[in-house]
Amino acid sequence: MKKLIAPRIDRCIGCHSCSLACARLVHKQISWDTAGIRIKSSGGLTTGFKANHCLACDPAPCADVCPTGAFSYRKGGGVIVKKKLCINCGDCVTACPVDAIFQDYTGAVYVCIHCGRCVEFCPHNCLEMEEMDVSTKEEETA
Amino acid sequence: MIRDHFRVLVVNLSSDKGQIIQLDGRNTEVGGSGLAALLFNTYGFPERPWNDPGQPVIFAIGPLTGYFPLMSKTVCSFKSPYHDQYTESHAGGRSALSLCFANLDALVIVGKSERLCCLSLSSRSLEIKDVDFMKGMGVNESGRLFRGMSTGSGHRTIFRIGAAGENGAAMANINVDTYRHFGRLGGGAALGAKNLKGIIIHGDAVFSQPDNKEYGSLFAEVYKQVTATDMMKKYHNLGTSANLQGLNDIESLPWRNLQATSDPAIEKINGQRFATDTLLRNSACSGCPVGCIHVGCVREMFDADHRYTFKQVAYDYEMVFSLGSMLGVTDARSVLNILDVMEKAGLDAMSGGVALAWATEATEKGLLSEKETVVKLSFGDAEAYQQATEMLGNSSNDFYRLLGQGSLKAAAEYGGAEFACVLGQEMAGYATGEVFFAAQSLGFRHSHLDSGAYSYDQKHSDQDIPGVVEFLISDEAGRAFMTSMVACLFARGVYKDDLLAECLTSVGYPEIAAGIDTTGVHIQKLRWQTRIATGFTPDGITIPKRFFKIKTWKGPIDQGYLNGLKSEYGKAIIHLAGV
Repeated sequence: MKKLIAPRIDRCIGCHSCSLACARLVHKQISWDTAGIRIKSSGGLTTGFKANHCLACDPAPCADVCPTGAFSYRKGGGVIVKKKLCINCGDCVTACPVDAIFQDYTGAVYVCIHCGRCVEFCPHNCLEMEEMDVSTKEEETA
Repeated sequence: MIRDHFRVLVVNLSSDKGQIIQLDGRNTEVGGSGLAALLFNTYGFPERPWNDPGQPVIFAIGPLTGYFPLMSKTVCSFKSPYHDQYTESHAGGRSALSLCFANLDALVIVGKSERLCCLSLSSRSLEIKDVDFMKGMGVNESGRLFRGMSTGSGHRTIFRIGAAGENGAAMANINVDTYRHFGRLGGGAALGAKNLKGIIIHGDAVFSQPDNKEYGSLFAEVYKQVTATDMMKKYHNLGTSANLQGLNDIESLPWRNLQATSDPAIEKINGQRFATDTLLRNSACSGCPVGCIHVGCVREMFDADHRYTFKQVAYDYEMVFSLGSMLGVTDARSVLNILDVMEKAGLDAMSGGVALAWATEATEKGLLSEKETVVKLSFGDAEAYQQATEMLGNSSNDFYRLLGQGSLKAAAEYGGAEFACVLGQEMAGYATGEVFFAAQSLGFRHSHLDSGAYSYDQKHSDQDIPGVVEFLISDEAGRAFMTSMVACLFARGVYKDDLLAECLTSVGYPEIAAGIDTTGVHIQKLRWQTRIATGFTPDGITIPKRFFKIKTWKGPIDQGYLNGLKSEYGKAIIHLAGV
């Protein structure tokens, strides 16, 4: 089980290729919003960029507040998304402590599912998939 | 976003209202340059002056914007304060994707606000706000305030003008997202004439992906080509500044107002020196993984006890030419310091530097003194150039007000037209020979990017006037199609016609794909017809004597050849326009 991390985001040049790839490949859309990773400037372009994406909380507060089970815990952190169960309430958006979930005008929500398809589109190698130590966490939980 | 028409927002600053217009012409005018010309012919007034409140300022993107890499630029068109004729200026940053995700093919601004204002819009909002408190404010400071006044961090573009634009300087630019510009021919003054300090566009719309397998695989292939090969390396390595050393080596880099074309001091301001001593990081336009923007850093101790501040300034070949070699400034940090003042004032650094180079030689020759320039201008005196730049932006006296209209306007008053380095507008940094001098003089934008003339000069030493004219005309047609896409011209090595046709077909524009050859020629013709309707004649442009007195790698400039080229190129332009 892996999760998306952005260990070298200080190298980001702000091309948005990661967001555009996620929207295109995961959600079949042309957008820099409806994506599990979204790039923002951190106080103007002179101060560089930050990436808003799911940090794989364990347990995930967004899943805790989801009233319909559309978001459920993913083993090791993050969430499994079942879009058909979502009623577009947006509770997950407010529960997320790092602004990782985007809600569009129709109410649909978008969060990183840690599939890693954005990684190869980063020209500066800012992103990578990191193996999660699921077994240890399971033992701690037990 | 894929549609068989153009969706255009027309905002009237006189009435504070906007209107969405649907316009036909997708398969003929395509977008970008073609769409901008179509819109000027719809909303413009060729016979009225550039600052008439009714004149439009137009921003247009292309049919592939947002759908493929490096389709990342926007065409801005307007009637220029520099020559009172129709023109275009191009910029990247976040402008293209923000317009795309605002669900617009173009934005047209007409009318004039009573007070200084800003325009803020998205796919679902439109607002005109009073920003009279920003009067005279520098580009950096107004950018910070605009960021605080608007939403959409990371997914918005912020255009703004500085004092130069508010003062009507014909070399005032429109700053785009801090590091990019609609630089040349006075777009900043066109906005200033409307009392429009800034435009904020938040791209918040979402579109369905084209419903076919070809699109996804084609995107991956294009992305691979622009990132995985060496094709684009020159743009993200040292960047365009790498050309400084090469052009100096072949005696084609203008020095000290084009009194020389080569100097050993190049080693202090070449691309390698800038990268080693000043390069802080790279940045990119949205939708472009190449990342050609080179941001340099200058640290400055402004007070004792190690009180420091720092500036981040984006540099390119053209700025190092215009504020470095052209002004005899041979220290990388000093070049960036002058550039920083240009940026804050909202001045086009190419035009501003070349104009100050003329003023310096005019000072040397006794045509100007500190009575006009206030500070003594001498080649190499970076501190004086910083002060002069500020006065140029502020139009602080009659001299600087006139110089801001162009070197030749000032020369008409003070003398020295023969050494004004003006080829339709202040020259770009290519003293490569007769072909470039003729091409920039008569080029549609008077830009080194109108055609590959400077490259042609470097590869040909023979004198083939018909061959050169045919090259310039056909090369311009191809570029007119590219700037209608609106692709970054750095990508012209990747986006050959066949690939463009595949891309267009994959997103649902097979008709545009089928007519690339003829459409480029049609748009080229439409642009020239529009320019000619606003007053362009080839005979109205003269090449100053300085350009005939230099030596390049081919030897001394051949006066007869240059005059012959200009004459025949001018005839060819009029012929293609069919007017």
